[in-house]
Amino acid sequence: MEAGIVTSAPALVRFSGIQKTYDGEHLVVKNLDLDIRKGEFVTLLGPSGSGKTTTLMMLAGFEVPTQGEIYLADRPIKNMPPHKRDIGMVFQNYALFPHLTIEENVAFPLSVRKTGKAETQERVKAALRMIKMEALAQRRPGQLSGGQQQRVALARALVFNPQLVLMDEPLGALDKRLREQMQLEIKQLHETMGITVVYVTHDQSEALTMSDRIAVFNDGIVQQIDRPDALYEHPVNSFVANFVGENNVLSGSVETVDKDYCRVALKAGGTVVARAVNVSGTGAATSLSVRPERVSILMDGTPGEQPNRLPAKVQNTIYLGDHALAVLDVSGNSEFMVKLQPGAHDSLRSGEDVFITFRPEDCLALDPV
Amino acid sequence: MTTASLTGANAAANVPLKRRLKRAERARQLKALALVVPLLLFLLFTFAGPIAGMLWRAVDDHEVRRVLPQTVAALASWDGKDLPDENTYAALASDIQAARTAGTVAIAAKRLNYALNGFRTILTSTARNLKAMPEPGTARETLGKINAAWRDRATWTTIRNASGPLTSFYLLGALDLVRNADGAIVAAPSDQAIYREVFARTFLISLGVTVLCLILGFPVAYLLATLPPGRSNLLMIFVLLPFWTSLLVRTCAWIVLLQSKGIVNDSLHWLGIIDEPLRLIYNRFGVCVAMTHVLLPFMILPLYSSMKAISPAYMRAAASLGAPPLTAFLRIYLPQTLPGIGAGSLLVFILALGYYITPALVGGAADQMISYFIALYTTETANWGLASALGAVLLLATILLALVYGKLVQGQQVTGGMKN
Repeated sequence: MEAGIVTSAPALVRFSGIQKTYDGEHLVVKNLDLDIRKGEFVTLLGPSGSGKTTTLMMLAGFEVPTQGEIYLADRPIKNMPPHKRDIGMVFQNYALFPHLTIEENVAFPLSVRKTGKAETQERVKAALRMIKMEALAQRRPGQLSGGQQQRVALARALVFNPQLVLMDEPLGALDKRLREQMQLEIKQLHETMGITVVYVTHDQSEALTMSDRIAVFNDGIVQQIDRPDALYEHPVNSFVANFVGENNVLSGSVETVDKDYCRVALKAGGTVVARAVNVSGTGAATSLSVRPERVSILMDGTPGEQPNRLPAKVQNTIYLGDHALAVLDVSGNSEFMVKLQPGAHDSLRSGEDVFITFRPEDCLALDPV
Repeated sequence: MTTASLTGANAAANVPLKRRLKRAERARQLKALALVVPLLLFLLFTFAGPIAGMLWRAVDDHEVRRVLPQTVAALASWDGKDLPDENTYAALASDIQAARTAGTVAIAAKRLNYALNGFRTILTSTARNLKAMPEPGTARETLGKINAAWRDRATWTTIRNASGPLTSFYLLGALDLVRNADGAIVAAPSDQAIYREVFARTFLISLGVTVLCLILGFPVAYLLATLPPGRSNLLMIFVLLPFWTSLLVRTCAWIVLLQSKGIVNDSLHWLGIIDEPLRLIYNRFGVCVAMTHVLLPFMILPLYSSMKAISPAYMRAAASLGAPPLTAFLRIYLPQTLPGIGAGSLLVFILALGYYITPALVGGAADQMISYFIALYTTETANWGLASALGAVLLLATILLALVYGKLVQGQQVTGGMKN
């Protein structure tokens, strides 16, 4: 499964055969093997209950793996208490100490390390300058907005130059615009400071925006670890295809397999040529995955012998500003989305019969949903 | 029509916004007031009224004034240097005659006896022996003959100081102070000076009980706040259990446990740790143990509520930032529980200050707190003036404490936004 970039950077964090159960019956994390390289921004992405936060908590030291070992810079840390791990962490609700000022909050990790007074002052100042909050140094967390609190939490986690920074859905409580701005700021910090970041989120667009690599979690198992573009273009199974980005699913069964491609008979009739990514062989059930932006609508009378040409009925169209969506009924899927240029939807009428087409390489035959 | 409505709108705009807001709020405020009126009336009759009455009794001095009105009037012009003039003696003789007929001599005698030991005898013997009103001009001689005390300036000073209508006598007495014959405030004779020591003892025992409650209650409150809900509820029931048992029963249970043939002594003896039974009750130890037990929930509950509000994320954050558990506790957790510690300590301390039944039952003579003396003067000797004065001093001390606490808490709120 481990595809993606090949670099010479050594693994900073290694999960080896990690299992975790809380109740002794149900495994929250099932056999996790994961390497995180120095300087990387790795996102653990998955729905709630998929094991991503538990994985992060084991790395931070707040949960102990039931089985397996975690290595940080080649040292086993399974039994090392959190305060000795030298890992900075940003929490979901910021967890700024309410009885300390912003300055004291940022100075906290330095003062517990008994850093000298002058150096502490200097580094706190630099950290506050980095997040552009020098003016608010004497305020208390309760007097700041959510975005400001998040910046302070970030500064506090970075000020002691930890070898690793963990972020547990840090932007979850912010509104959309602020979230997008913070995503860029965090990304920028990562690039300028060269820190290693492990980031947990359930928001796939956030993961795509920020990460070097994304580990998609589901049901306690890492489904795929890859670069964002590879994850989007080459999902290894239906879960990843559906979880990362918009996706259309068509059900069918494999008729023939020819090297990388296969011919699939759709349940509602018609055949489609698709890339055979995750099919078990001839006759097997499969789910076809097609991205909305890779589908074209053929208006009435457009001639052609496109390989994947399917009849469709227009349900409605949705105007979204920079683009438009056509919702079609294709082969039993009544929510088949097609992304259109704005204006292109004007000629489509609800209830109209049209044809759609897509290239075989844009259609992936995956495991049945 | 349009013009009329326009001017109407203009007129409304002319009324300041603040007043319009007040007008709009008034109905709501009246409704809210109506809801609390029964409670306010109840408090007025059962709380404010009695306290005002008590404060009044601490300074009220009407007995002598009522029984010996002519004497009080005659003494008003007395310079206090020599014995009063013949007129005053005559007034006293007349007053005593009248009082004897009315049967009120004892009232004045009791009040004067507080100020000067033996005055009861002086007054009653004079009343008994003064058969008839002395001849004009011989009142001084007659009275002096009946009781030599009437030839003493101090006797007359005592009457003058007790002639009211207000007096500082009881309040001074509560602080071990008296006025001497010249009216100056001096320390009371050492055999009568007990209240300062009693107040000091009361504060000391209360402080000890508060500290004990804090030491014992803090870990329990922490457990309550951090255990999973099921077990925490069970523990909470144990904490609240004392509330469902009568205070008297709990105190008596301690007597059973701690007496020389009690469970604790027997167990220790059986274990071979002691040969002689330890003296565990009817002393300071017993008082502290029993009071701590009774007051512990009042410490635990405020602590619990302040700890419950502390997100576990703070301790995790502290650990992830490199703080060892003890440092994280001292620098992050403890400061956030300070409001709870303050509230709990104040509650326990103030409740302990006024404790009566427990020290009375399990304490020795040297462990009685101020409320014991207040009860003694109220119910046994009926010296309401002194009882009220002791109560007033206690009330004042408590109010001062509450104010100090209020200031501290306010300071906390200004500096520590507990929002998160």
